[in-house]
Amino acid sequence: MSTILRFLTSRWGPIITGTVVGVLAPVLVMLGNPGNMGICVVCFTRDIAGALGLQRAGTVQYIRPEIIGFVLGALVAALAFKEFKPRTGSAPLVRFLLGMFAVFGALVFLGCPWRAYLRLAGGDWNAIFGILGLVAGIGLGIVFLRMGFSLGRSRPAPKAVGWVMPAIMVTLLVFLIVAPQFGRDANGNPTGPIFFSTTGPGSQHAPLLISLAVGLFIGFLAQRSRFCTVGAVRDMIMLKDSHLLNGVIALIVVAFITNFALGQFHPGFASQPVAQTNEWWNFGGMALAGLAFTLAGGCPGRQLFLAGEGDGDSAMFVGGMLVGAGFAHNFSIASSAAGPSAFGPITVIVGLVICVIIGLTMREAVATAKA
Amino acid sequence: MNNNIEIVDARGLSCPQPVMLTSKAIKKLNKGAIEVLADSGVARDNVSRLGKNSGWAVTVEEQPEGSYRIVLKK
Repeated sequence: MSTILRFLTSRWGPIITGTVVGVLAPVLVMLGNPGNMGICVVCFTRDIAGALGLQRAGTVQYIRPEIIGFVLGALVAALAFKEFKPRTGSAPLVRFLLGMFAVFGALVFLGCPWRAYLRLAGGDWNAIFGILGLVAGIGLGIVFLRMGFSLGRSRPAPKAVGWVMPAIMVTLLVFLIVAPQFGRDANGNPTGPIFFSTTGPGSQHAPLLISLAVGLFIGFLAQRSRFCTVGAVRDMIMLKDSHLLNGVIALIVVAFITNFALGQFHPGFASQPVAQTNEWWNFGGMALAGLAFTLAGGCPGRQLFLAGEGDGDSAMFVGGMLVGAGFAHNFSIASSAAGPSAFGPITVIVGLVICVIIGLTMREAVATAKA
Repeated sequence: MNNNIEIVDARGLSCPQPVMLTSKAIKKLNKGAIEVLADSGVARDNVSRLGKNSGWAVTVEEQPEGSYRIVLKK
């Protein structure tokens, strides 16, 4: 057992994590999750925003147990390996904003980097433009990093800070199980406070306990292996380090094989599940997301894992994603199968401008002293 | 004795800044010693990997308050 656990921090760690995701994500689709959406951190956060009534698009409302599992699985790993270190203070409000814009961009494409890779592995060729956009956004982020971009230092914080996000996740789990309802309106529709879709992607989900178990398992593995779907590309471009990229490649290859074996590989551009075919805004949306994730230090999954380790700044990013997901639907930013929505493209442009301003203005004089 | 000692304080910095600062020190020094202070397991692992991949001998000491002192020597 300890050998396996040691293995997770070796160069095999990301590969093992990617392989596990590559198997389990398509299996979750087989068990009920929406097509090519075994795991999508942004889509699932959006569904949670819907379930909490932050957006009222009736087809995307569900408290996704995978997200709860990601945080709690990472928490368990961090506690077990003495890496639970509550900290905060590294530009939390800017991280909140980056979380919002990352979600806006990702929902124009209709998927986070995890789902972009999974869509590719399911034969959805629209993902190619999304991934190209993601790489471009990460590339732009690297330019800012090389220019000295920094969100500043975090500082150790009281233990309670680190327990906030896990506590929120446990609360969400209670909401998922209890699903409180205060009543119905004149038309017989539930008035909340918790909303669950009866049609559309939000109504499609694997059994609760299986989703939660998969989330916990991946959260545990990813905390140990530092799996990151954005850091993978960033480290390869910037440092010529393929450590994390190997994990993403494993994810794509294994997910392709699993999809193929399960009869879930359907190559093409048209009629892909929860996807739109506008290549320009698939590219643009993910360019914004890639830039925002890079400036914030990691992909949305990584932000959840860090939040599970006690990182209050990553928790703020997650909060930004949740609020942004609400706005994305209320303000007609998120795309639909028909294509980009009314305010999707302009939001991507505004988001890019704001992220570039953040990239150019956030600096810290870092001490590199000669002894 | 080697006077080429560079100290990199990466405490509190998030990915990928600890590695970037260490990489800068490696390029600057070529040989000698680099002492990196980090406070997360991720930074410890990433800095150690960078050091080893760049041909430096790496030792890691855990400090009493839970941070790490990573020494790269060449």
